[in-house]
Amino acid sequence: MKKIYGSAAEALEGVLKDGMLIAAGGFGLCGIPELLLSAIRDAGTKDLTFASNNAGVDDFGIGILLQTKQVKKMISSYVGENKEFMRQYLGGELELEFNPQGTLAERMRAGGAGIPGFYTKTGVGTVIADGKEHKDFNGETYILEEGIFADLAIVKAWKADATGNLVFRKTARNFNPPAAMCGKICIVEVEEIVPTGSLDPDTIHLPGIYVHRIVQGEHEKRIEQRTTRPASGETRSA
Amino acid sequence: MWDRNQMAARAALELQDGWYVNLGIGIPTLVSNYIPEGMEVTLQSENGMLGMGAFPIEGEEDADLINAGKQTITELPQTAYFDSATSFGMIRGGKIAMAILGAMEVAENGDLANWMIPGKLVKGMGGAMDLVAGVGRVVVVMDHASKHGDSKVLKECTLPLTGKAVVDRIITNLGVLDVVEGGLKIVECADGVTEEELRAATEATIV
Repeated sequence: MKKIYGSAAEALEGVLKDGMLIAAGGFGLCGIPELLLSAIRDAGTKDLTFASNNAGVDDFGIGILLQTKQVKKMISSYVGENKEFMRQYLGGELELEFNPQGTLAERMRAGGAGIPGFYTKTGVGTVIADGKEHKDFNGETYILEEGIFADLAIVKAWKADATGNLVFRKTARNFNPPAAMCGKICIVEVEEIVPTGSLDPDTIHLPGIYVHRIVQGEHEKRIEQRTTRPASGETRSA
Repeated sequence: MWDRNQMAARAALELQDGWYVNLGIGIPTLVSNYIPEGMEVTLQSENGMLGMGAFPIEGEEDADLINAGKQTITELPQTAYFDSATSFGMIRGGKIAMAILGAMEVAENGDLANWMIPGKLVKGMGGAMDLVAGVGRVVVVMDHASKHGDSKVLKECTLPLTGKAVVDRIITNLGVLDVVEGGLKIVECADGVTEEELRAATEATIV
């Protein structure tokens, strides 16, 4: 079966539906599926729910879909970098479900692994635990969190082979593998498609079984916080 | 009284050789400047990296290499990358020895509030709730009082919690306090601060 498509718009054909749940990879603007997000904006699909750690910035990432009012709800851990998001949220135009970052990642991983719920101690005693089942294990209290089963996953990888085996680069891996896993359909955009057989099977980060459609394209890869040190100094920093 | 750098230097004394540590944004980030020579401490960045290096020199920034504060960084010889589920697996699973975090409020029972002020812009908890629930030891570094002069070291937090009874040690510009049975215990006072001054600036019960 051919997985490679000519453009992000082609890769999304027949997949998009108003009101669907989309899991998106990326952390901040790092490793986000920027081509697929642009194509979803152009497609005009509405009332979308996004499970994504962040909401991009005003003019990049999921932010571009907020500008066009295509997003109904965000499931995220941190949305601090987006003014339009705040405006819509405070104006009651946008629903927001905060998930602790690790809970969001695990909800995606669990959904992809066929696990509908899991217990975690993250958020116990906070507003996150309100209304959730509590259960004690070995004297500690945990809350029940549910796996995410997304209609569509959109992710960004560095390289793919024609069968969809993926390799990510540095911290651009982040939410991409768990997001990919939890989608009924997963579309990946990559910087490079390499011949099948050229990736060392031992170094594949996500096997092609999770990947249904692949598109290659040029990425802007915008940097959110460009931070540098003087060339001479030996200062360590984080 | 300690300034930001002195607080960070004091917090660096909490580190132990061989530890894997997560540093929060703000003053905690400065702790990496004070890791004692010869001590092997590996910094975790919860967006998927162990072995976080310095900021890059200009021209060597890599959009694919950032820390949890979204700043460009560099890798080290021992660096390893992984996905977010694995990253929080090691956090939740207790593999990270210590997190050093900022705070808005800490209570005498170890309750921590550092993610939300009701009625103000809500940004989100990010990975803070997972960190305080999962790591071996939680050290808070913050100013002792708010800009308005109110103690941030309280009997009870007034803001929504990040975690319940999670803080082990508090390092402020006035000194170091441990969360113990019945309240807080003074570990040390900052340079030029008396125990009386530290007590007077603290709303929480000091035992």
